Amino acid sequence: MVEKALKGGLKYWLWLLFLASLIVIAFFAWQYEHHYGAGVATGLHRDLTWGFQIGQLAFFVGVAASAVPVVLSYYLHNYKEFSKLTILAEFMAVGAVMIAMLSVFVVMGQPTRVFNVLLYPTPNSLIFWDLVVLSTYLFLNILCGWMVLHSYYKEAPYPSWLKFFIYWAIIWGPSIHIVTAFLLQGLPGRHYWLTAIMAARFLATAFSAGPALLIILAILIKKLTQFDVGERALQTVAKIVIYAFIINLLLFGFELFTAFYSGIHSHIAPFLYLFVGYEGHSEWVPFAWISMILAAIGLILLLIPYTRKKETTLVLGCFAIFFSVWIEKGLLLMVGGFTPNVFETVTPYYPALPEVLIQTGVWAVGFLVITILYKITIEVFKSKELVVKLKK
Amino acid sequence: MYNTGKVLIGIFIFIIFFTIPFWFNLGKVRALPKPELPKEEKKCVEDTEYMRAYHMKLLHEWRTKKIRKMQVYYMNQEGKLYIMSLQRTCMKCHTSKDKFCDKCHEVVVTHPDCWKCHIAPEEVRK
Amino acid sequence: MSIKRRDFLKIVGYGVTGTILSLGGGFIIGKGSEILAMIDKQGDKKGVKWAMVIDTRAFKTEEDFEAVIQACHRAHNVPNIPDKIREVKWIWVDTFERAFPTAETEYISEEIKKRKFLLLCNHCDDPPCVRVCPVQATFKREDGIVMQDMHRCIGCKFCMAACPYGSRNYNFYPPREYLSSMNPEFPTRTLGVVEKCIFCYHRLDEGKMPYCVEASQGKMFFGNLNDPESEVRKVISENIVLVRKPEISTKPKVFYII
Repeated sequence: MVEKALKGGLKYWLWLLFLASLIVIAFFAWQYEHHYGAGVATGLHRDLTWGFQIGQLAFFVGVAASAVPVVLSYYLHNYKEFSKLTILAEFMAVGAVMIAMLSVFVVMGQPTRVFNVLLYPTPNSLIFWDLVVLSTYLFLNILCGWMVLHSYYKEAPYPSWLKFFIYWAIIWGPSIHIVTAFLLQGLPGRHYWLTAIMAARFLATAFSAGPALLIILAILIKKLTQFDVGERALQTVAKIVIYAFIINLLLFGFELFTAFYSGIHSHIAPFLYLFVGYEGHSEWVPFAWISMILAAIGLILLLIPYTRKKETTLVLGCFAIFFSVWIEKGLLLMVGGFTPNVFETVTPYYPALPEVLIQTGVWAVGFLVITILYKITIEVFKSKELVVKLKK
Repeated sequence: MYNTGKVLIGIFIFIIFFTIPFWFNLGKVRALPKPELPKEEKKCVEDTEYMRAYHMKLLHEWRTKKIRKMQVYYMNQEGKLYIMSLQRTCMKCHTSKDKFCDKCHEVVVTHPDCWKCHIAPEEVRK
Repeated sequence: MSIKRRDFLKIVGYGVTGTILSLGGGFIIGKGSEILAMIDKQGDKKGVKWAMVIDTRAFKTEEDFEAVIQACHRAHNVPNIPDKIREVKWIWVDTFERAFPTAETEYISEEIKKRKFLLLCNHCDDPPCVRVCPVQATFKREDGIVMQDMHRCIGCKFCMAACPYGSRNYNFYPPREYLSSMNPEFPTRTLGVVEKCIFCYHRLDEGKMPYCVEASQGKMFFGNLNDPESEVRKVISENIVLVRKPEISTKPKVFYII
């Protein structure tokens, strides 16, 4: 089936070339970082050691887990409407997990030693478990997605043993962002993160931002090719998005209550820094409010049935929710965890250009994989539909 | 076989590519590397044969024992005690990385990354 | 080299080492015999729990602090990074407010507010950094020292996120470019690894005191908390001591006499 990805129009190849060039630029930026040091290549410093790039891990594990509600509905509950969407969801999960894992890899100071994590397994360390769950989830999604597509291609039912792996993937999906949330919520010195609700929020944002991206991609593919997942499928996913997002906003409200009602300074300070500024520093305040405004826009557009049904407003709403969560998980979560620092003062963080270039390359890798996998999927379905048309 | 000509050309190019190390070093005659030995001390931690074959294993063992096993001293086969330290023991006698370590390591093209952190004696003099 | 021979050599090594160390005990500072007895058997430090007490009243001038800091940084080839938010410091001076951010500062005496404190890794009993390291590059020794294995560190900086005291340093810049002089007896580090105070384990293992304690000339105390007769126990019981952030249950082993 791989050969299906090798035949495409000009737009397809230009897009792949564009992504490839981003990857090449990122590679050189990464070499620059390892020659001159993270001091010049990133905005990280002594008081903030995980920034924008680890934030992408936090965000994309959520996007990856978004395959879970779709796969669950289709395979466990036989929701036939999702027949075409499931394959898109699984392949999007593959790309998202790759982005998540790569985001961590490029941040390491000694990447050549990364196998130490496997040579010296450390069960008390969450990074070890993150590697385990992410690799397993990646393997499961590649296996299930590919096998189901291949079976469809060969006009045969998929092998029965695959069901075991599909169910495993469904149960495993939430684990990837629970483990990633645990990375943060078990640290006694970081009060913005030290909350039991962190994992729950990760789940809620995962099931809102991820399916939102899925909707955007599905509609994009419909515009570019004849591949249509179906109106009802999209509407059901939109409903998943909005309910998950409402839960996310509720949980955020709970966090605000606990912080401000308890009056504990170290719990309040990060919220102040992010939303109104603290001790004269308000670098991230605009971003926090943009995230809130986008959240409001997304909430309204997806709650009202009229705007949810209309395609343009549906896409707008999904973009709003996607970027609202992206700012919150990808940037604000990391900054808030480290600011104010352990001495309760503020050392501001700004991502540096090489850091952003490297991350752009990481995103490009994920989207390259998604593009190729989607291309194969579309071509397979196109060839089947042609056969059906001919047979008629 | 389809495209026999192209396949054969491909195999030929592959073989040439794979044997590049031989082509690059054709005609270069090299004498056996002669590392400069220390003048005062005649005996190393272990005898020459052992060190030649196992010095990397010894250093690795020292590293693990010193940092991870809380040990300080190593006893060689003759019962003499040495402090397990690259810089304090080995480099005390082998006072030049260029004239000793590199002489062999350059020839076998094996570049351990010890010297990114561990200080070679000539660095201090600079 | 068969395995049997190595085991035999190890046993003989322990015995001979113990004898030699007992013989060479005269040059040890402080409670030398106590330390000797503890390191009598190599690798066997059961029962020792190292702790440090800093008498903050005794540090009067900047030179007092600099002597201690330079003794450590010079000996360990700690680079002098000009970028203040990315500096590498194994031991440093900070204000009362930053050292004890959760302590009440509004009504306490001006003198305490202005007093300076030496901060370093606390070598906690229950260190969050050790818990999170994915490769055990940072680990806790039997005698309580939180170690740093530069050979294994992958530079993920999780330990730095976990440390509640800001004691850890990442090499954001190539360290050798910021070293004016190098101590040939100790390595430097390289880009991309984390480093911190290691309680001079390499000195303790040979029966000597940490560099900072030695340079403090009596203003800092160091010893075995498990020995009820040790100096640190005496000093702690006779003075009012604070530790940093006791509420997070890390049980730090650096005590400050107020």
